[in-house]
Amino acid sequence: MSAPNKSYDPVEVEALKPEEIERMRDEAFAAFAAAGDLDALAQAKTAHTGGTSPLSLANREIGALPPQAKAEAGKRVGQARGAVSKALAARQAELEAERDARVLVEEAVDVTLPYDRTPAGARHPLTTLMERVADVFVAMGYEIAEGPEVEAEWFNFDALNFVPDHPARQMQDTFFVQGADGAKSDESGVVLRTHTSPVQARSLLSRKPPVYVVCPGRVYRTDELDATHTPVFHQIELLAVDEGLTMADLKGTLDHMVQALFGPDMKTRLRPNFFPFTEPSAEMDMVCYVCRGESVGNPDRPCRTCGSEGWIELGGCGMVNPKVLTACGVDPEKYSGFAFGFGIERMLMFRHNVEDMRDMVEGDVRFTRPFGMEI
Amino acid sequence: MRVPLSWLREYVDLPATETGRDVQAKLVAVGLEVETVERTGAGLKGPLVVGQVLTIEELEGFKKPIRFCTVDVGDANGTGEPQEIVCGARNFSVGDKVVVVLPGAVLPGDFAISARKTYGKTSHGMICSTDELGMGDDGTHGIIVLPPEYEPGTDAIELLELVDEILDIAVTPDRGYCLSMRGVAREAAIAYGLPLRDPALLDVPAPNAFGHPVRVSDPIGCSRFTARTVTGLRPEARSPIWLQRRLQKAGMRPISLAVDVTNYVMLELGQPLHAYDRTRVEGPIGVRRAQQGEKLTTLDGTKRVLDAEDLVITDDRGPIGLAGVMGGADTEIADAATEDAGTTEVVIEAAHFDAISIARTARRHKLSSEASKRFERGVDPQAAAAAAQRTVDLLVLLAGGTAEAGVTEISAPSAPRTIAMPADHPDKVAGVSYGRETVVRRLQEVGCDVYGQDELIVTVPSWRPDLAAPNDLAEEVIRLEGYENLPSTLPTPPSGRGLTERQRLHRRVGRALAGAGYVEALSYPFIGEAALDRLGLEKGDARRRTVTLVNPLSDEEPSLRTTLLPGLLAALRRNEGRGSHDLALFETGLVFRPTGEETKAVRLPVDRRPTEEEIAALDAALPRQPRRAAVVLAGAREQAGWWGKGRPADWADSVEAARTIAREAGVEVIVRADRHAPWHPGRCAALYVTVNGQEVLFGHAGELHPRVVKDLHLPERTCAAEVELDVLEQAVDGALQAPRISTFPVATQDVALVVGTDVPADAVEKALREGAGPLLESLRLFDVFTGEQIGEGNKSLAYALRFRAADRTLTVEEATEARDSAVALAAERTGAVLRGA
Repeated sequence: MSAPNKSYDPVEVEALKPEEIERMRDEAFAAFAAAGDLDALAQAKTAHTGGTSPLSLANREIGALPPQAKAEAGKRVGQARGAVSKALAARQAELEAERDARVLVEEAVDVTLPYDRTPAGARHPLTTLMERVADVFVAMGYEIAEGPEVEAEWFNFDALNFVPDHPARQMQDTFFVQGADGAKSDESGVVLRTHTSPVQARSLLSRKPPVYVVCPGRVYRTDELDATHTPVFHQIELLAVDEGLTMADLKGTLDHMVQALFGPDMKTRLRPNFFPFTEPSAEMDMVCYVCRGESVGNPDRPCRTCGSEGWIELGGCGMVNPKVLTACGVDPEKYSGFAFGFGIERMLMFRHNVEDMRDMVEGDVRFTRPFGMEI
Repeated sequence: MRVPLSWLREYVDLPATETGRDVQAKLVAVGLEVETVERTGAGLKGPLVVGQVLTIEELEGFKKPIRFCTVDVGDANGTGEPQEIVCGARNFSVGDKVVVVLPGAVLPGDFAISARKTYGKTSHGMICSTDELGMGDDGTHGIIVLPPEYEPGTDAIELLELVDEILDIAVTPDRGYCLSMRGVAREAAIAYGLPLRDPALLDVPAPNAFGHPVRVSDPIGCSRFTARTVTGLRPEARSPIWLQRRLQKAGMRPISLAVDVTNYVMLELGQPLHAYDRTRVEGPIGVRRAQQGEKLTTLDGTKRVLDAEDLVITDDRGPIGLAGVMGGADTEIADAATEDAGTTEVVIEAAHFDAISIARTARRHKLSSEASKRFERGVDPQAAAAAAQRTVDLLVLLAGGTAEAGVTEISAPSAPRTIAMPADHPDKVAGVSYGRETVVRRLQEVGCDVYGQDELIVTVPSWRPDLAAPNDLAEEVIRLEGYENLPSTLPTPPSGRGLTERQRLHRRVGRALAGAGYVEALSYPFIGEAALDRLGLEKGDARRRTVTLVNPLSDEEPSLRTTLLPGLLAALRRNEGRGSHDLALFETGLVFRPTGEETKAVRLPVDRRPTEEEIAALDAALPRQPRRAAVVLAGAREQAGWWGKGRPADWADSVEAARTIAREAGVEVIVRADRHAPWHPGRCAALYVTVNGQEVLFGHAGELHPRVVKDLHLPERTCAAEVELDVLEQAVDGALQAPRISTFPVATQDVALVVGTDVPADAVEKALREGAGPLLESLRLFDVFTGEQIGEGNKSLAYALRFRAADRTLTVEEATEARDSAVALAAERTGAVLRGA
């Protein structure tokens, strides 16, 4: 290494000759190009850009040059160093890209591997179907009302115009609750509710008209469990009490419900029937949403869902019997109302092709899981 | 009610082309639930003729007795020669008239008849039984032996009225009158707009004093009693074929002429009748309430102990019948075919009994008869005399009897019911403008008398006790105008408030648990003592106080659940048994927790609103019915797989499930060790939430007691949690206050503390939090370690503490100072020692 040239006498510095600088630069280019991976490039980087690299050393010699030569030599070395670092960066990028491509290939996995580390849970389709039906009415402005499952007979029967000893009272096979004295009689006045209708009476007593409520819930009848019966089942009940409500309003509300649940061109049909708490009363059917009635009289295209009847029986409905309004303190001269109720199990059966009631009550995860969170 | 179409046509001239299905559709539209239409004799093809047995040769050497017969079938076989037929039945003799099916015929069930070799002979046809002809039960199970008057060769298809359609109608309780041909015919007539030939329009003689004496001492229970007497009945007289056939088609079995006739008239007019053998009735017939404990053997052979409320028919000896329900054995009509002396004199009873009284008696004695079914639903009181007359007429006609001139008729005074109704009331109920004219016409069609203009005065017919209020009349108009013609309109409810907080919470809890991998099961709430025993509940455990049913489905499970666990664990076991082993189930639902203070629920009136006190009194009769949620877990919570090892479900999962539930309410759970059945005493957490500043028990979670697991045959280490959602609801504490987020850097400090193994981690954590002060942003227990290094009876708890200030970057000194004071408080409170210190 040369010492700083303090005298004016210019000294020829070998390292700063143009051809030398070019050579150093080209050697660096060659070394970078020869570097096959990032480690080799790192070595080449040290060798050709580090503090002891030829170009760095040459750079230091510049100080020894006479002032008039400094500028030119500095420019020359600077350009060479710039070119080297650019080449380094380019090669660096190139090798990194190569490495990345290789590593990403190496890191590839079989994305088709199954994953059931924590199997999904699910809500019961009866729960979610009941919510779904209720939500149709909540969207219309109805509120959800609830009531006890162990219920006073007065609410379950009397207030709903089930006269004591009337055959209608025996139509619903009732579980009676023993009195607190433990006597084995059915005289405690308490039953397991046989329908969600007592919530109608409770709603009328706890609210002022207009009353628009839906009442989903569990109900009980003394049926043995088999493929089509269960002693514990679910109903949803609707009650509307307002001024000037008509049977046409009932029909319209039913039509709206089946359209919301089964599609825009669905409709319902009413057939006369008898229920103590409605007068007039009707049985309600909906068009079979599977065959749309096309299986009727068409033996080539039988429909399992409706038994080729074209209609599916939903449940009972009617205009609230004025006696019920009176028993609940609502003036039947001023207000009228309509109500309907139907079984959720039945709807689940025909909506989702469930063949056996027992599947819905046994809690088998294989049945419930596919229904997921919503229905 | 089974209605043969051929019989129905007797009262209404239905178009000849109308099929059973057509009539069904019409009747359904006016409100009769015609469940099925049965076609009898479908596919039946003759020749099926009357034959007379000429000779019988008993064939020997077969496993059963076989007869080779020759039968005169007139010209039906084309030759007039005797027909050779092999027959296995024995209930006929030479000279009997039988029903013969000839080769070429087809019997119901696509049974083609041809000449065939059998038992060494050729049988050219068959002698028929009722079964083969699809006629229903006639009680003989043998071949049909016809009355002698029919000529051989007569077509038996017509004779036996084999081809018919039968409508089966499920009659609703308000339509008692449709438990008769007369009632159904009336509906059919209206539906078709045709006139009705009312079979009850008969001339009846005026009552007089010479009839069989009757004493009605309970005119409320029995408002009408007609008695007629027929004598000189030929004991051997049988019911004619047409009558037997109608009974069979209606689902009743022919028994004897007198009984068949009373049944026939009941089917025709809806009036239950009873025929007494007059020679077996001693003295006047009476109607009164039974004396408590009085005894009566009814026709079905059952000896019954009577209740003081039962209405009975009596003679001098005492009760001879359960009024309106079933007659007594003592005065039963004797059948000449089976008994020595047939009945020759009968007293016919056509009475009207109180519906409620009959209903109670039928229910009390668990005895539902054709008569009680009709009385319960209301019988036309005005039809009694006509029914008696019709019975007399038939007995005279068919059994050669003589009607006695005496006519007993006792009747309590009654007036027809009238209802006042605005003429536009049906319009208002339906939302349709029918107009007065239509309303009046429809009401007249159902048998009402209608007067008035804007305000109608409607007198309802005697057979319609169900018509009692304007809405009942509105229904008649609307149904006859057609429910199918109602328009469809939508009312506009006031704006609703959506779901309540409680309802939203219940839904969220379900979703959260399902999101955490739990599958919902909905189990029956019925439990028995045994279920509670198997849970290991102590004698005095509150969960042993149950609501018990009077009439449970199973005597093993007479009570309602006080905890969700028995049902849910049963579902777990069922799943396990079916091969699902990694299980996480949940259920939400009511449990029933009586306090023992429940009062008797009184029967409130229904003619007014009950007072608030009365409602409260009803509610006081009900047990507490809180809503709960429960989970059960068994097997792997995380499956093993290509990703690595799995993890068995454990106590911590069940506690976490409770936290998951509480989180949905924004409520924090306080966990304490507890001993509580059915949980493992060392692995049971009591869960608390804070309600109005007080800690309230919210539920329990943990691993089940090994003995419970064994007794219930559950998978090992089954875990469970059960919490009360109603408590959680109370713990909800207003809207969440949003946290302030500091953007300054975090300072992290880890500490490992050695404490005694019996020190709950919760206590250590609480002390650390409190000691660390406001700079502590979060704290997390990341390791629990036991081992020699830290000494017997100790455990090391390693915590990561994160400190951050809202307004500045913390210095290392500040963070360390906060950590030290955290450790100091933990040391003071729990004896914790900084590990490695």
